[in-house]
Amino acid sequence: MLAHYPYYIAAWIFLCGLYGIVRSRHLVHTVISLTILQTSTYVLLLAIGFRKGGYAPIFADIHPGVVTVDPIVQALMLTDVVVEATVVALLLAMVVKAHEKGGTTSPDDLRYMRG
Amino acid sequence: MTRKHRLLLFLIGAIGAGFVYCAGAGNMPPWTQYRGPYGDVIAGLAVFQRHATDTVNAITYDYRGFDTLGEEFMLFSAVTGVMLLLRPEKDEKDASAKEPRNPASFRDRAALSETVQVFTTAVFGLWVLFGIYIGTHGQLTPGGGFQGGVIIAAAPMLLYIAENTDAFRRIVSHPFVELLEGFGAAAYALIGLAALAVGVPFLTNILPLGTTGNVFSSGTIALISACVGIEVTAAFTLVIFEYLREILSREKNQED
Amino acid sequence: MMILGTGLLTLIAVSAFIIVRTDDVTNQLLGLGFYGLLFALMFFVFQAPDVALSQITVGAIALPLMIMLAITRMKHREAVNRAGKKRS
Repeated sequence: MLAHYPYYIAAWIFLCGLYGIVRSRHLVHTVISLTILQTSTYVLLLAIGFRKGGYAPIFADIHPGVVTVDPIVQALMLTDVVVEATVVALLLAMVVKAHEKGGTTSPDDLRYMRG
Repeated sequence: MTRKHRLLLFLIGAIGAGFVYCAGAGNMPPWTQYRGPYGDVIAGLAVFQRHATDTVNAITYDYRGFDTLGEEFMLFSAVTGVMLLLRPEKDEKDASAKEPRNPASFRDRAALSETVQVFTTAVFGLWVLFGIYIGTHGQLTPGGGFQGGVIIAAAPMLLYIAENTDAFRRIVSHPFVELLEGFGAAAYALIGLAALAVGVPFLTNILPLGTTGNVFSSGTIALISACVGIEVTAAFTLVIFEYLREILSREKNQED
Repeated sequence: MMILGTGLLTLIAVSAFIIVRTDDVTNQLLGLGFYGLLFALMFFVFQAPDVALSQITVGAIALPLMIMLAITRMKHREAVNRAGKKRS
């Protein structure tokens, strides 16, 4: 159980975010739940690349050849953080516009958008 | 579908997905025992191949440079989308002209003390300097264009908090910001194309690598990091301005 | 170090559930800032200072700022609409 602890935590955070999206009554609540859902990928990537006793992959003050943790998954996480910010910016703009046009922030009341 | 049914459906799906996931996770290599070869290979080679001591940034801006280019344009198009969605519409302008000058919800705050106002103006310079430091040392220590850019973009908010709204409006609504955003995104692509012009594959590190540990080392990594910094600074400044545009124009109306 | 990391992971799991259960958006926003800082701390503990730095700037500055501005803008619009209705 403890040997795979972060993998289970990642699944838990993912399901938490999904649960938030399902039960949300406010569109901003939906967006925040989505960001929480996305953070599960950080936990998963971090768990894959971590090594006990490994140094951070910054060779400014350690000798090259020292055992480090995996830098590739860290680069992936860096991209993930940026993508999270852009997705939230765009989604919030849509929420603001939906509120202006429809006068509501509840996902259940967006039925006027049906064609 | 009612709320109850929706939650029930979610519960069934969650239990099923959780069960399958946990069965699969049990077969993953145990935590704290990384054994894939790629990370070790690149951590051993990056310092010698690219003269950059921060391996993560060497991967982001060089080995995976094409990926980061796509991410950069994702940011660019997202900001364009935000600007398109939140642009002021014509009938809204008329509505804001008719509206009463002081709705009750925007009057209930005390004036800020002068000490706070002077102090935030002093911190503004330090804040921007710190952002530039983080942004330009990305190839040596943790940091890089993205982190530095977000720090600099948050600096004008200090002025807004200190009720120096005039200066804030002048900075964030300047047409130069939009120009900078386009410049940052274009410069990244042009650095990649420059490699093609020399006759090597797209986004190859063509500049001299310099001495490891020097700020002006690692060739295009530092340059691309700076371009990303410019792009991110402008992009987040634009997003903040687009969200605040309505409120700012009202505050201006009240001052007139 | 592993005990600290495991504790942080547990704390993150608990706070994720609490934030998702919170219905008031402003409260949730405050929780999200705290959650972002927890993640930054976890990245430091697990030897990822680069990601920690970007998580601090994005998770604790940019995200709450954007969400706060969006909420303010919607409230502002509601105040304007209400004032307009009262006058006409």
